[in-house]
Amino acid sequence: MRDLPIAMKFSAVSFSYPHLDVLSDVSFHFHSGEFIALVGPNGSGKTTLLKLILGLEEPQQGVVELLGHPPKRSRSLIGYVPQHASYDPSFPISVGEVVRMGVVDGTVKGKKRQDDVVIKALSLVQMEGLVDRPYSELSGGQRRRVLVARALVGEPAMLILDEPTANMDRESERRLYDTLAHLKGETTILIVTHDMRQVSSLVDRVFCIDALNETTGARTVIQHPLEDVDDGTKRVLHEMAIPADQCWQEAQLG
Amino acid sequence: MDNLTGFFSALVSPDFPFVRNAFFAGALSSILFGLLGSVVTVKRIASLAGAISHAVLGGIGIALYLSATGKVPSLSPMVGAIVFALLSALLIGTASLKSKQREDTVIQAIWAIGMSIGVLFMAKTPGYSDPSSYLFGNILLISTQDLWLLLSLDVVVILLIWRYYEQIEATAFDEEFAQVRGIPTRMVFLVILAVTAIAVVLLQTFVGIVMVIAMLTLPAGTAGFGARNLASMMVASTIYSFIFSTAGLGAGWVLDAPVGAMVVVIAGLFYLSVLLANVLRKRRRRA
Repeated sequence: MRDLPIAMKFSAVSFSYPHLDVLSDVSFHFHSGEFIALVGPNGSGKTTLLKLILGLEEPQQGVVELLGHPPKRSRSLIGYVPQHASYDPSFPISVGEVVRMGVVDGTVKGKKRQDDVVIKALSLVQMEGLVDRPYSELSGGQRRRVLVARALVGEPAMLILDEPTANMDRESERRLYDTLAHLKGETTILIVTHDMRQVSSLVDRVFCIDALNETTGARTVIQHPLEDVDDGTKRVLHEMAIPADQCWQEAQLG
Repeated sequence: MDNLTGFFSALVSPDFPFVRNAFFAGALSSILFGLLGSVVTVKRIASLAGAISHAVLGGIGIALYLSATGKVPSLSPMVGAIVFALLSALLIGTASLKSKQREDTVIQAIWAIGMSIGVLFMAKTPGYSDPSSYLFGNILLISTQDLWLLLSLDVVVILLIWRYYEQIEATAFDEEFAQVRGIPTRMVFLVILAVTAIAVVLLQTFVGIVMVIAMLTLPAGTAGFGARNLASMMVASTIYSFIFSTAGLGAGWVLDAPVGAMVVVIAGLFYLSVLLANVLRKRRRRA
């Protein structure tokens, strides 16, 4: 795994919003093909970190590299599943049209309707039967899976999911993890979560937003220690949620 | 009934060119109301368009003043209106992009300041200048030149939407995702605002400054209830706009009433009935 090219790299990155320091001196990286989890409590800066990776925010210090380039150049190779997809129930649009947005180009007019690609992406999240259904008629969990299909339709080099199972029903959650298990190894996956129970059997490495640093007023990112399992493989704190404080404590102990 | 027959014969009679001009203005406006109205509605920038349309009065007032006082002889009010429309679009666009928190305040400020400048300059303009024909529209003032301008803008808007439909749809649906896909979302937003600003200036000859925003939202809102996607919303809303405009023109003729206001009342009543029907249908389905 370590011989594969670096997919994403933070070098001494610091970022703050006006009047709010968020991240200070963050350095970490991961490789292509890895399944990475990023954990930390609400408000610790996970979504901000994703915005830096996607070039939606610029760091005040340090460098972010995505697939070997500045994020703005390579981000169209990313399949992104946002946490709070802005959603207006009166927006008239079908499931298939939402998915098709995943292959829209910046300024170029699309060639064809690309229906087969859309169906294929929907079948990855087991929703191919709903392609013509109005998006507003779906349940919250189904909508989230459509957004996963929208991220997958462009066959991305890397998939980034921001709290994909928040407010999701059990059935949708199970189906989503089936999809991710299926993709593991083929696609680099970065999943942001505060609940490790479901993903821990899939994850290669865990990064954690560290506890607040008293002097800088911001947080950094640390790699979480893995625990050894009897069969010789490594697992990350199976069957339990990791609050950020614990993250920090274990980093101290480990 | 006689009156209605009178309306139709006036429409084809060479003695009433202004009725025919008004009819064509309604038809050409419908395309802008339908297409831009749908974009404004799904992008949720109706209040921005409202501020721009009202601020336009400032430009009209200044142009009337400059031309009547001979400082800039024969300056058309339309020129002042376009300058003010673009200026306010730029200010509102910048405020919206740079400072989301202050967006509302800026919108209200531009709305009010623009109108006040218009009222002040019109009051100081020598001779008589009546703001109400600009506020509520006056179909008698529609010239053949206005029709050509409307037609040109129709063509530009149709071409832009045909060419960039996917980008506009993606930006309106989920701006952040669109940005990750490489769509220049800010540029899309500013172009939509600028085109809407110019459209507002041309459209106000038909329904007036105050009611342009109603026609940019009501037909699109009505179409939104049954539409499967943005494209069908655009088509349906263009058809609704055409029906409302023509019905308003006919009703205005028959009842000898202001056409702009008539069009908006018809559009508004129709929207409310469709809204009510939808609410009732949902209730029945739930029960």
